[in-house]
Amino acid sequence: MSEEATVMAAEAPVFEHPYNQAVPGAVVGTWADETDPALVVAPDKIIALLQHLREDKGYNYLSSLTCTDYLSYNGKKRTGVDERFEVVYHLFNTATGGGHISIHVRVPDDDTVPSVTGLFPSANLQEREVYDLYGVHFDGHPNLRRVLTWEGFHGHPMRKDWKEAYYEADVKPFRSRHPKGEYVWHEDKVPWGRNATYPAGWDPESWEEPVTYVPVSQSPHHKPGDIDTQSLVINFGPHHPSTHGVFRMLTRVEGETILALEPEMGYLHRNHEKIGERNTWLMNMPFTDRLDYINSMSNNFGYATAVEKLAGIEVPERAEYIRVIMAEFTRALNHMWVVGFVLNDLGALQTPALYAIEEREMILDLFEEASGARLMCNYFRFGGVARDLPDGWLETARYLANDRIPRALDMLDRLLKDNEILKARGRGVGYLPPEDLLALGVSGPMLRAAGIKYDVRKARPYSIYERFEFDIPTLPEGDIYARYYIRILEARQAVRILQQALRDIPEGEIMGGKGGYTLRPPEGEVYHAVEAPKGELGFYLVSDGKPNPYRYHVRSPSFINLNALGPMSIGYKVADTVVILGAIDIVLGEVDR
Amino acid sequence: MFGSGLLKGLGVTLKHFNETFIDDRKKVPSRYVDSIQLDEKRRLLHQPAYQEGLLTIQYPEEKRLLPERFRFIPMLLWDTEKGEDRCTACGICAKVCPPQCIWIVRDSDERGKPVSRPAEYYIDAAVCMSCSFCVEFCPFDAIKMNHDYELAVYDRYPQLVYDKEELTVPIEYYAALWPTQYEQEEIARKEKEEKDRIAAEKKAKAKAAREAAKKAGGAAAAKPKRSKADLEALKAKAAAKAKAKAAGGEAGDDEAAKKKARLEEMKRKAAEKAKQRKAGAGAAPAAADDEAAKKKARLEELKRKAAEKAKQRKQEKGE
Repeated sequence: MSEEATVMAAEAPVFEHPYNQAVPGAVVGTWADETDPALVVAPDKIIALLQHLREDKGYNYLSSLTCTDYLSYNGKKRTGVDERFEVVYHLFNTATGGGHISIHVRVPDDDTVPSVTGLFPSANLQEREVYDLYGVHFDGHPNLRRVLTWEGFHGHPMRKDWKEAYYEADVKPFRSRHPKGEYVWHEDKVPWGRNATYPAGWDPESWEEPVTYVPVSQSPHHKPGDIDTQSLVINFGPHHPSTHGVFRMLTRVEGETILALEPEMGYLHRNHEKIGERNTWLMNMPFTDRLDYINSMSNNFGYATAVEKLAGIEVPERAEYIRVIMAEFTRALNHMWVVGFVLNDLGALQTPALYAIEEREMILDLFEEASGARLMCNYFRFGGVARDLPDGWLETARYLANDRIPRALDMLDRLLKDNEILKARGRGVGYLPPEDLLALGVSGPMLRAAGIKYDVRKARPYSIYERFEFDIPTLPEGDIYARYYIRILEARQAVRILQQALRDIPEGEIMGGKGGYTLRPPEGEVYHAVEAPKGELGFYLVSDGKPNPYRYHVRSPSFINLNALGPMSIGYKVADTVVILGAIDIVLGEVDR
Repeated sequence: MFGSGLLKGLGVTLKHFNETFIDDRKKVPSRYVDSIQLDEKRRLLHQPAYQEGLLTIQYPEEKRLLPERFRFIPMLLWDTEKGEDRCTACGICAKVCPPQCIWIVRDSDERGKPVSRPAEYYIDAAVCMSCSFCVEFCPFDAIKMNHDYELAVYDRYPQLVYDKEELTVPIEYYAALWPTQYEQEEIARKEKEEKDRIAAEKKAKAKAAREAAKKAGGAAAAKPKRSKADLEALKAKAAAKAKAKAAGGEAGDDEAAKKKARLEEMKRKAAEKAKQRKAGAGAAPAAADDEAAKKKARLEELKRKAAEKAKQRKQEKGE
């Protein structure tokens, strides 16, 4: 035994774990063994361990990277741990499917963590988010800037000791919204201008946004002897019809060719996760509607299943069927929407988009009849769904699933499959190799359009998806055309699931568990992901046994898919970036949270 | 072939033109088949799923026919029979409200003792997110979701902070808006009242009997509560119960088999239904006529109620 090893053994008892044979001293403990077992890893060994997991164990997909501030943690299981922050990694194996590996790295307040962007570029935006919201520094990150808040923002809002200007109480329900018995507007409580503070050394008057972070390409596109041109920075958005909301792309172009592209976001940021930590568990349900507001049902699905997994709540048979029906209707609806709006981005303004979303109206009517709202459905509860289906609902749903939606998909397919413009603009545009897409953390239809057969519904079946016969369609090309066409194919599979679910749906209860409005899940944590229409929608929840979630994190597919926007756009024309962005299919409610 | 895409696209446009625009130009277009005429100009539209094309609703003359479960801003129910608020100011709605937009002040009697009735009840409609949790968790059926969505005003404060008076509606209004649910609730309520009544009667009877026995107790010696034969019978009953419990495991299996059989039956039925519908797809509109008549009746009623309410309010405001 070498001297070094003896010294280490004397310092702390060596933790036994199979991974420690490959990477000695990596795993130093475990966490949340009862709910969702996680490994605690030494900060200096994280890169080595992730590399080992990726290269030898096939864990090639860093799905989620986030952080928890344990400053005011009330649980009993963390006694004796001094480090304030824990950076949490969730890894998947896309080839074999199956469960995740969850890794915690404990960080004291003023320390740094090594950045894993070199190994997994998908950590790019996620580490920036953690830096922005928690102030945890990542060593070696190429572009560690704020991402959701702006540069003049004072403090890190997800820290437990950060209070907003009109702070009322740590958790809801508030003792009274109007403590003095008088009605007060929030605006009056936030006298901006007098109350706003800036970080030390930051002057709002002299500040100018630096654009130097839009890198200059190393290879100019003109040959010697051509007219000498210079690259320039062009700003897209935030108010631009092509960005599907308030989203901004900073591009460096030469001629019309994109040399570099940097997505800028956060214009719709409302600190969803901080709101979620003050809410009770149930109160978060209507807030999830507002993430991806086109697909509120599948957001509900993700959150409900995650909490059920944490609290161990059983869902009755009929409720499971209703959930699957709603989720698959949502998928069909979303994919038709995307097909229509990809055309919109290609310049076929409005008309084809409206034809594509005609059936969406019928589906939204169904949602409204069942839940009371077309978009903000708020339909799922822990242990079931809010209300049973009304009379006649199933007949209409069956008509749509068996007849009308397949017909509409056929129409779109016939119309667009061989369309010259779609082919000319889509074939070979926005290409990235599949392994790059995986490394960038891209999920959902984007991945399957590049030939990777990865779908959460098959990889780790949740709810009752293993009962239905359906395929995961893949296309090998990985370009805009494939991304458009995969949506038609996936919508057809959604219809196939719908037909089976609507055929087999049994009578019975729609709510399991205890019901009621207070829930106290056991102490621990959980990560659970569902296949939302836009990709892997994950919820990372930490409970300290209180009626409010201690940590509530949304792994939103739209946000993480944007990692690929820059690399995908390089070398294509300015007009192509519009449709490259359109084919990622982002919703800003989910990107900015 | 070059240009075939163009022709295909024009074909699709023509199809949509045929389904909607031409229909619009007819005097009594078929797209109004399921709609409800309110007066000369105004009507409520409901497009059934089997109708091709997609209607344009000429708002504000035409409006959507809202489904019963439509939720917008909550309303408080006034029990017209008893002449009181159904709300007891228990505060559960304020507790579960995700954006915390409900504010209640409990009433008190002359001596300052709190009573189960709200003195003030505010909902900040600018903050309300229409989630309907208050309705779901109200134990007294006192708060329900209103369908009235035309709330636009010039100022958020004080117009969008609704007080108790603005929120309160008579129970008949609710019954017209949510007929199915109202009926179910009434049945449940009647059942519960009946149960309570029976229980109260029993209690009263027992009390009377006890008092009678007390009176008679002086004369006759107290009889043993149960005769020997009765006790034997009770024992036998208990034994039988225990036996049944022991055999419970078998019964469970039986139930599972039953459930499975029922599921199979359901599947068969579903298949049959699908077949039938395929055979008689044309029958659907006829069946919907009945439905439309019902809806119309419901809406007529609703309209009348709403007018009444408005009148009432005007009068109140005039005073």
